[in-house]
Amino acid sequence: MFSSLIIVFREVLEAALVIGIVCAATRGVRYRGATVMSGIFAGVLGAAIIAWFADSLADLAEGMGQELFNAMVLLVVVVMLAWHTIWMSHHGAQMTQEATETGESVKQGAEPLTVLFVLVGLAVLREGAEVVLFLYGIAASGSAADMMALGSGLGLLMGLLAGFTLYAGLVRIPTRHLFTVTTFMLVLLAAGMAGQASKYLIQADYLPALGYDIWDSSWLVANGSITGEILRTLIGYDAQPAGLQLLFYVVTLGFILFCMWWVKARDKTRAE
Amino acid sequence: MRMMNSFLLAATLVLAPLMAFAEVPEYRVVIKDHKFSPTEIVVPANTKVILIVENQDATPEEFESHEMHREKIIAGNKTAKIRIGPLKPGNYPFFGEFHEDTAKGVVIAQ
Repeated sequence: MFSSLIIVFREVLEAALVIGIVCAATRGVRYRGATVMSGIFAGVLGAAIIAWFADSLADLAEGMGQELFNAMVLLVVVVMLAWHTIWMSHHGAQMTQEATETGESVKQGAEPLTVLFVLVGLAVLREGAEVVLFLYGIAASGSAADMMALGSGLGLLMGLLAGFTLYAGLVRIPTRHLFTVTTFMLVLLAAGMAGQASKYLIQADYLPALGYDIWDSSWLVANGSITGEILRTLIGYDAQPAGLQLLFYVVTLGFILFCMWWVKARDKTRAE
Repeated sequence: MRMMNSFLLAATLVLAPLMAFAEVPEYRVVIKDHKFSPTEIVVPANTKVILIVENQDATPEEFESHEMHREKIIAGNKTAKIRIGPLKPGNYPFFGEFHEDTAKGVVIAQ
């Protein structure tokens, strides 16, 4: 029971943390709740479909279909996050002002909700497919299935709780700082996911790893530990990153920050 | 006929590098009853190798190794290719994430 709890918790945790941050970042956007819920629903549905076709997916690209699929999903999420954060640096000031004035929701026609929907959906899809496969394994194994199902249920609840806790913590931040904090978190999220995508491309042998000798902090926070998992999701932590992974991380981080700065500078010039 | 020959020669020249690529050494690992066998796989150090992991269980398993930086799901009754290396000489533990208690093994690079 305990092992199934941990496995499901780990998988749900990542998606839940991402959704927690995204929800806080879009606080006050009209139809946010409905969009996030339908994103989650679509993600679960997609996860079930992916799990069902896992066999055929794995056989694609000369047996490297799984790696390619994961890398692609992650990169799409990175693009969505980049789009969102750069968009926010243009509209964020205005949104903050309105949210502060009205004290509640931003009625102003917000960013296309599609971005939010796809972000949430893909976050759930990627981690969800693994959970579905694992649960299928439990169902097929028979004997200890009840206890393991119970463990999985608890793992799911704990994961969701972690997401809610992060969200609840974030929305306590005063509105005028909230978007700054969440935007920064989203940028780190994007950089970390770009790094993860590169790991799959290295695994498939499409790209060279460029060595693993940069550092090894496994003694401090190991990759498999819960702390390691949380840090990996939030800031892209890796105890022993590949050179290429760092490159992806830094380039993504630099690119988004540069675009945000550029958009802000342009807005300022226009205002004057 | 002569044209055929020159075609074959050209094909050989073009394919030769690809053939060399295909000659990456392969090592077979079987998953049965949520256990790996063999549990120790000796591979040459500093070169790329391929693990052919055959899952004989009906349930899926996730091959995972922090040391080798690999994680891959293998569906029930399916075989998956996992490209690893080049590894420095040493021991590289791996495990099945879905059955961590029993599914354990190590790649030894020499």
